[in-house]
Amino acid sequence: MSDAIDKPVPFPAAGNISDAEREELRRHGILMTSLEELYNWGRSNSIWPLQFGLACCAIEMIAAATARFDIARFGAEIFRPSPRQADLMIVSGTVTKKMAPQVVRLWNQMPEPKYCIAMGACAISGGPFKQGYNVLKGIDRFIPVDIYIPGCPPRPEALLNGLMELQKQIQGERLTGPDAARHTRPDMPSEFSVPSYGEHDLQPTKNAEVWKPATPLTRSGKG
Amino acid sequence: MITAAPAPFGQSSGPTVRRVNDPLHGDLLEVSMGPQHPSTHGVFRMDVTLDGEVIVKLKPVFGYLHRNHEKIAENTSYLSSMPYTDRLDYLCSMSTNWAYAMAVEKLSGQAVPDRAQYLRVILAELTRIVNHACLVGFLFNDLGTSFTPLLYAFREREKIIDLFEALSGSRMMCNYQRFGGCRVDPTPEWLAAASKLVDNFPRFLDEYETMLTGNEILLARTQGVGRLDPKHAVNAGITGPVLRACGVNYDLRKVDAYGFYPRFDFRVPLGEHGDTYDRYMMRILEMRESVKILQQAFKVLPAGPIMDPKAKLRGFRPKPGETYGRLEGPKGELGFYLLSDGTPNPYRYRVRPPSLINLTLLEEMCLGHTVADAVVILGSIDIVLGEVDR
Repeated sequence: MSDAIDKPVPFPAAGNISDAEREELRRHGILMTSLEELYNWGRSNSIWPLQFGLACCAIEMIAAATARFDIARFGAEIFRPSPRQADLMIVSGTVTKKMAPQVVRLWNQMPEPKYCIAMGACAISGGPFKQGYNVLKGIDRFIPVDIYIPGCPPRPEALLNGLMELQKQIQGERLTGPDAARHTRPDMPSEFSVPSYGEHDLQPTKNAEVWKPATPLTRSGKG
Repeated sequence: MITAAPAPFGQSSGPTVRRVNDPLHGDLLEVSMGPQHPSTHGVFRMDVTLDGEVIVKLKPVFGYLHRNHEKIAENTSYLSSMPYTDRLDYLCSMSTNWAYAMAVEKLSGQAVPDRAQYLRVILAELTRIVNHACLVGFLFNDLGTSFTPLLYAFREREKIIDLFEALSGSRMMCNYQRFGGCRVDPTPEWLAAASKLVDNFPRFLDEYETMLTGNEILLARTQGVGRLDPKHAVNAGITGPVLRACGVNYDLRKVDAYGFYPRFDFRVPLGEHGDTYDRYMMRILEMRESVKILQQAFKVLPAGPIMDPKAKLRGFRPKPGETYGRLEGPKGELGFYLLSDGTPNPYRYRVRPPSLINLTLLEEMCLGHTVADAVVILGSIDIVLGEVDR
């Protein structure tokens, strides 16, 4: 029995049915699915974002919710003002050092499964305001980001594209097995330490658990 | 219905005074609204002290979007600050651009060709329409009409934003004005499309007003709410539609007569009571006046260059000196103070943001009203946090 637990379980559970056969069955009105697929399908089509605008990008986020772009087509039109009811945090704008603790606190207040989109150059890296003494150089220093949308500000279409990428990611998530989704694994943290607004900078300046930048390439090829 | 008497004007946020002093009345409640709150229009925070539901003290907390605009501008060249001014007031980048260009032109003594002057008026008035339409939408959001008026406002905004995009290449961050002119000359097709849009705009305003202006909920929630005393408003340096709603005739387009505004025939709408309803009506009436200005401008727009031929974009070094350029932005007097020491960078760069200064009387407007009214009053002041915190 212990062997069975240690060994990675192949997933989806070994079945003899191929995608082509499934498609054939679907044409005859028989829908075959797995619980995982059904669960992910439902989740990916009802992502409720947190109603939380930081700066300029928030206006484009609102524009994405209005008639022309209509984020409701993707099931994500219900902007919740309370983090307790939200699945997705769209960090839309410049995160300053005064604001960063509140952003992390909001992230901690959101229930799992939760996702984060860094919308715009500022949320990704500080953007045009990177030189500023009060600007956090990317929200991924404190919370894990799933999708990055470049632009200053990104067009609403770009936000929709980011949302569709997130939907794809959710649809590919596994519920069991070694590569199970983050929210199903007890060893993965869902809350992160909230930095404090110190005298000169945030304390700590980054969360080493979350922020793992790639080692820059040098001419010798070593880090 | 809460019938607490409104607090006397000028009562500062000193020690909190209880309106009712009996042991059965319960404690005061301190509520922190924001920085994440659906109706604080960004990352603004109000520390409110409540007696029941009535506000007895309100402390605005700023700085959640302080992104060092002024410091960055002092370390870059004059022209490099132009894109940053887009991000000051991100709903009206065209007029912010103009204010900055105007300040630099005053500093360097550059002339602006006629066509560029007309284009600036056209774009600034289009921006005013975008801003006011969106503001009214957001105001109704704060009143609880979840989203519908905003959808109408954004429908119109998209049309104007499309024009901005066709002209400057960007929807919101136009970066269009230059020192001594404009960046791109609009094509005849663009002008025809813009003119058509402007001619159709009164229809939208009529539609909007049919649904909103006489609305009973609007009247009940806004008339007599957040009243502002004209003397007090002038003393606090409040400008823009918030000041004119109190009946003070002060519009920089008339007072300063900057740009080509003296060539246009338009009126300055004035309110009577200085309450939230007047501030709402001010926006609607200003949009109608903007349409009038635009219709005149499209008729007389001359041909010609859009840039001063002597304008120098690269290696721009104005003579040492200081200047203050200001214009009537959609939110109020938007000014740029520049101190040049003859180097490519300004020695001191300071923005006079209308949003921040209009916020200074928020407490006086809100005292004695319920917390739900504070949200509406804040919405009617029209703030953009990029400009408040800079």
